[in-house]
Amino acid sequence: MTIKAIQEELIEEFAMFDDWMQRYEYMIDLGKSLPLIDKQNKTDDRVIKGCQSKVWLDAELKGDKMVFSADSDAIITKGIIAILIRTFNNQTPSAILNSNTDFIDQIGLKEHLSATRANGLTSMIKKLKLYATAYQAKLNS
Amino acid sequence: MFDVTAIRKDFPILSRKVNGRQLVYLDNAATSQKPQQVIDCIVDYYSSYNANIHRGVHALSQEATDVYEASRKKIQTHFGIAKPHEVIFTSGTTHGINIVANGFASILSTGDEIIVSQLEHHSNIVPWQMLCKTTGAILRVIPMNQEGGLDMDAYQELLCSKTKLVFVNHISNTLGTINPIEFMTQKAHQVGAAILIDGAQSCSHIKPDLAVLDCDFYVTSAHKMCGPTGVGMLYGKEAWLEKLPPFQGGGEMIDQVTFEQTTYAGLPHKFEAGTPNVCGGIAFGAAIDYLNAIGFDAIAKHEEALLDYATKKLLAIDGLKIYGTTKEKTSVISFNIEGIHPYDIGTIVDKLGVAVRTGQHCTQPIMDFFNISGTVRASFAFYNTIEEIDIFVAAVERAKMMLS
Repeated sequence: MTIKAIQEELIEEFAMFDDWMQRYEYMIDLGKSLPLIDKQNKTDDRVIKGCQSKVWLDAELKGDKMVFSADSDAIITKGIIAILIRTFNNQTPSAILNSNTDFIDQIGLKEHLSATRANGLTSMIKKLKLYATAYQAKLNS
Repeated sequence: MFDVTAIRKDFPILSRKVNGRQLVYLDNAATSQKPQQVIDCIVDYYSSYNANIHRGVHALSQEATDVYEASRKKIQTHFGIAKPHEVIFTSGTTHGINIVANGFASILSTGDEIIVSQLEHHSNIVPWQMLCKTTGAILRVIPMNQEGGLDMDAYQELLCSKTKLVFVNHISNTLGTINPIEFMTQKAHQVGAAILIDGAQSCSHIKPDLAVLDCDFYVTSAHKMCGPTGVGMLYGKEAWLEKLPPFQGGGEMIDQVTFEQTTYAGLPHKFEAGTPNVCGGIAFGAAIDYLNAIGFDAIAKHEEALLDYATKKLLAIDGLKIYGTTKEKTSVISFNIEGIHPYDIGTIVDKLGVAVRTGQHCTQPIMDFFNISGTVRASFAFYNTIEEIDIFVAAVERAKMMLS
């Protein structure tokens, strides 16, 4: 599946719910399916700043595809990062770098997050793309 | 007669909805809401007599000056302050603290000591660290105990002839602890130290009588007590205010200016450089009038009932722990639920219309003491109701169900 197709799928899934409480419940569920980062990889260089909660994000290259793992001490944050990872997992670095994250606005996620959490979301996307840039450079070399 | 239903009608914001639900505002320790009387005062100022003050010869300027200075007198009377010029208008508590910290830079020398408490807000720690860096003075910290109170034995041991200044908040913003400031003031004076008290959290709950308290400095912010943001008060004893150098240079604070030398204006203008927040100062007075019309005894009684009710209801939730359990506390409840991040709880209850604060509340030392990353904090004001606490507790229960 392309990134675009996964994003469309997520938009549809979130559109099924009537109110934001249900969407939060769904987000919490998604957080439970997050591919967890290994404990020993929860190091400072993998921490994302800009969140009231702590987030760790790691990425590796399998073949030419990227595989992400992450964790957070807050469960809703886990859901947010799970949504992002679902769209970017098993994609090539170049596909990730050429994609956009407009689907977040279409889900309506950003306007329903507090300012600090929205900042955290922006930092997560930055970190994901930073990993993609690094692995793209590795593939090119 | 205290009538919360009638009082709520004074606050237009309390009838609005958030996230499709009726707002339950429980973040009063961060800032209070404003009654129509204060809002009208602000509108009236800009509609009827806006002018620059203290130097205009025209009628508007005179009128604005009179009302502004009358507001200073209201503040003076309210806090039991001896002289109107001992009331310095500031931009808020932090500004007041910085005026005193800056002033002490010229008084302190290497080896002198400043005492602060472990319960302080970051804004009460950083200015003193900066001051110690520039003067060579040493910062001492009064430790807290498990209940969230200050260790008074340790405080007395810290006090010595080297102590020049003690700084403590009247009430902790995170835990609601009311500190024994009368005792602390007496003890500070016994070793010849001055004491500065941060009243940011207290003045919406308590009416401090500074004549009886006898502290050297007291600071607060109008926005915590139904007034507007951007204005506050620094009280200083006349002798201290005369002794301290001005904080900022500018208009209003000068007497004579030549390029060789400037002499400063007398009190209070020495500390009020530039055009002040005229409207804010006037509205601060209106807020004090409003609170006094309700009465601080009635406010305290209602808030105590809210605190007792909310404490009991919250403690019935399995796994919930309250931080800050001293006998003397105001209507602030900081808590966590085992295994759940405070940020998650705050997010869910917000979706249910309830405004609380989450995080460290600018008090990292308190979080370190309890070894936690943050708490959920609900803080009640006199316009909150028992029904709102029911909504809040139900929201916390629902959040717990979703998150565990």
